[in-house]
Amino acid sequence: MVAAAQHPNIELVTYAEVENVSGYVGNFEVTIRKKARSVDPAKCTGCGTCWEKCPSKVDSEFDLGLSKRKAIYMPFPQAVPAVPVIDREHCRQFTKGKCGICQKLCPAKAVDYEQQDEVYTDKFGAVVVATGYDLFKWEEAYGEYGYGKFPDVITGMHFERMNNASGPTGGRIVRPSDGKEPKTVVFIKCVGSRDEAKGKSYCSRACCMYTAKHAHQVIDKIPDAQAIVFYMDIRTPGKAYEEFCQRIIDEGAVYVRGRVSRVFQDGDKLIVRGEDTLLGRQVEVAADLVVLATAMVPSEGWEDVAKLVNLSTDKDGFFQEAHPKLRPVETFTAGVFLAGACQGPKDIPDTVAQASGAAVKVCQLLSKDEMDTDPVIATVDESLCSGCAMCHPICPYKAIDFKTITERVQGKEISRQVSAVNSGLCQGCGACTVACPSSALNLRGFTNEQILAEVDAVCL
Amino acid sequence: MKYAYYPGCSLEATGKEYNQSAKIVARQLGIELWEIPDWSCCGATAAHNADHLLSLALPARNLAIAEKEGLDVAVPCAACFNRLRAVEKEVRESETMRATISEIIGTEYKASNTTRCMLDVMVQGVGLEKIREQVVKPLSGLKLASYYGCLLVRPPDLTAFDDPEDPVLMDNLIEVLGGEAVKWPYKTECCGGSLSTVRKDIGFRLIYEILRRARDAGAEAIVTACPLCLLNLDMRQAQVAAANNDKLNLPIFYFTELMGVAMGYAPKDLGLTTHFVNPVPLLEAKEILRHPATRRETA
Repeated sequence: MVAAAQHPNIELVTYAEVENVSGYVGNFEVTIRKKARSVDPAKCTGCGTCWEKCPSKVDSEFDLGLSKRKAIYMPFPQAVPAVPVIDREHCRQFTKGKCGICQKLCPAKAVDYEQQDEVYTDKFGAVVVATGYDLFKWEEAYGEYGYGKFPDVITGMHFERMNNASGPTGGRIVRPSDGKEPKTVVFIKCVGSRDEAKGKSYCSRACCMYTAKHAHQVIDKIPDAQAIVFYMDIRTPGKAYEEFCQRIIDEGAVYVRGRVSRVFQDGDKLIVRGEDTLLGRQVEVAADLVVLATAMVPSEGWEDVAKLVNLSTDKDGFFQEAHPKLRPVETFTAGVFLAGACQGPKDIPDTVAQASGAAVKVCQLLSKDEMDTDPVIATVDESLCSGCAMCHPICPYKAIDFKTITERVQGKEISRQVSAVNSGLCQGCGACTVACPSSALNLRGFTNEQILAEVDAVCL
Repeated sequence: MKYAYYPGCSLEATGKEYNQSAKIVARQLGIELWEIPDWSCCGATAAHNADHLLSLALPARNLAIAEKEGLDVAVPCAACFNRLRAVEKEVRESETMRATISEIIGTEYKASNTTRCMLDVMVQGVGLEKIREQVVKPLSGLKLASYYGCLLVRPPDLTAFDDPEDPVLMDNLIEVLGGEAVKWPYKTECCGGSLSTVRKDIGFRLIYEILRRARDAGAEAIVTACPLCLLNLDMRQAQVAAANNDKLNLPIFYFTELMGVAMGYAPKDLGLTTHFVNPVPLLEAKEILRHPATRRETA
């Protein structure tokens, strides 16, 4: 991120939201709302005086509530740009109308309470959608794991934050309930993944590997600790993945094949009850900490993004690629590309590979003066088109527009509107040719006459 | 509010108190119970272990009688509730099954009526606010463990009235009656059913775990909505305690009995005096019964 921010050809717009996308490949017009940060990034030096002195404390979103942040804050230490933002919902200056400590103390005079959202429109040649993922809300589905009522049943993301040296516990693995070091840690895989009854039917792909890593961290960081992993299958395809997982098992992580049927609190222990399907026996573990490998789901607001950029989605809300094998980073809308988990659950190497692919696709598109398109696209026979506009709402790619033509009818010159197909946007799906009441629209190479001729040849 | 009432075999024998108290409480809440004339056994576990069609036809006969009256069915017993719901679902979902069942029982059954368990009828049908209005002797200071057992809320696509993993209706009812519902992990564990008779080694272990967990969670008594659960937890309690060198003395209530107590009815009329673990001393110790009675019922 730092490298991207410093690159002369990259403009990084942070703390902003895309409000509207119009136009087409090579000519996108994007409306961006830069939210009021209340801090002038041009003046701020990131010295940190403001957030050290800010009196309002709020649960940190980045640390998933494991630590507190201030009302003026940077979400995490490596954030780019290193400029804080004021959370107006919790800042005393905005809620109570008085405080002003950060403004008084700022040596660069960068704090500006009057700052307003800035909305502007700019032109872009291509769009890459990389909206990422969220974790499946297991608290709403898994009563057997306590519906989130037990403080020591956490997700892999919580565990990840605790393991981070700059995280809420400084890298120590502790129980959120009492801050003690856990000795027995149970990992439950496929919480929400591969569970059609309560969660999602798909495999979230990254969990087997990060759970193995977490098990290793438990064994590595806590002396005499035991890591027990309940799994359905160990799915570790990928270079050196299987070897890594096997190494963790050799280190002493206990892998139990079976589902956990119940977790409940018994004193300060969590009783984890499940089955070992290889032994055909019930298993009961008195654990100190339970870590759930929750499913990846599209990040919140995916419906809005899909509408904004005109993307189709799969049954779970992941954005649909143009072809699962041959066009995995393109979408059905020309000039719009996908990168990362917004297209489907994936781990970091896969995400980096896809993002690189998307970047190169954009370069390929923008480096040429002319664009290759599929020859099989719709055309309008203007002499037949009545301008009824039936085809406009039908087109899934917004490729049909109006144009005015002038023609001579019975000696008089008249102007009228007819449909026009944007050859850059049309994907040749044929929806408009079916909808056109006067058969003015035809797919090149598949005109009505050609198809009828084929029918004749077959039937006669 | 009128329901066809299907007491089931247990409520004629081991679960008499459930029958008595359910009828009293229903009357107090303005629920009219029309007992299905000439009702027959639901088949229970025995029938669905023997033959699938038999296990559907037996309860269907009872439901068909209620359907002709145009009434939904209220069932106190958790096992009966499960069986009645099972046939209701199968008949509703399959035209062939409807025809088959109708032919077996010799009368038309379309599953146009529905079956509700007594807890659902009272807590969600009548509503907690109406129940609160009827409370004259709040169960103040009484710590209760609500125990749903396995059949009341499972399988969820059959029962579908409360959360299958963490049901709350009975807990909410306890709070409305003035008692305190303790948090405990064994709400929906199995009591062992008939294993307490045929495999005592397994059955007793299951019963003991439930009783012990309730006590350890601070409960002074357990509330249930199933005659077999009550039978196991109540009648077997002394044996189970002795086998584990423990003293338990945990009274087991039907939720309807506690509703009756809170509504001011005498323990004798609710059947409380027939329990193996006598619950009356606990109610007296909490000064729930000493409160001047406003209603007396002769059963």
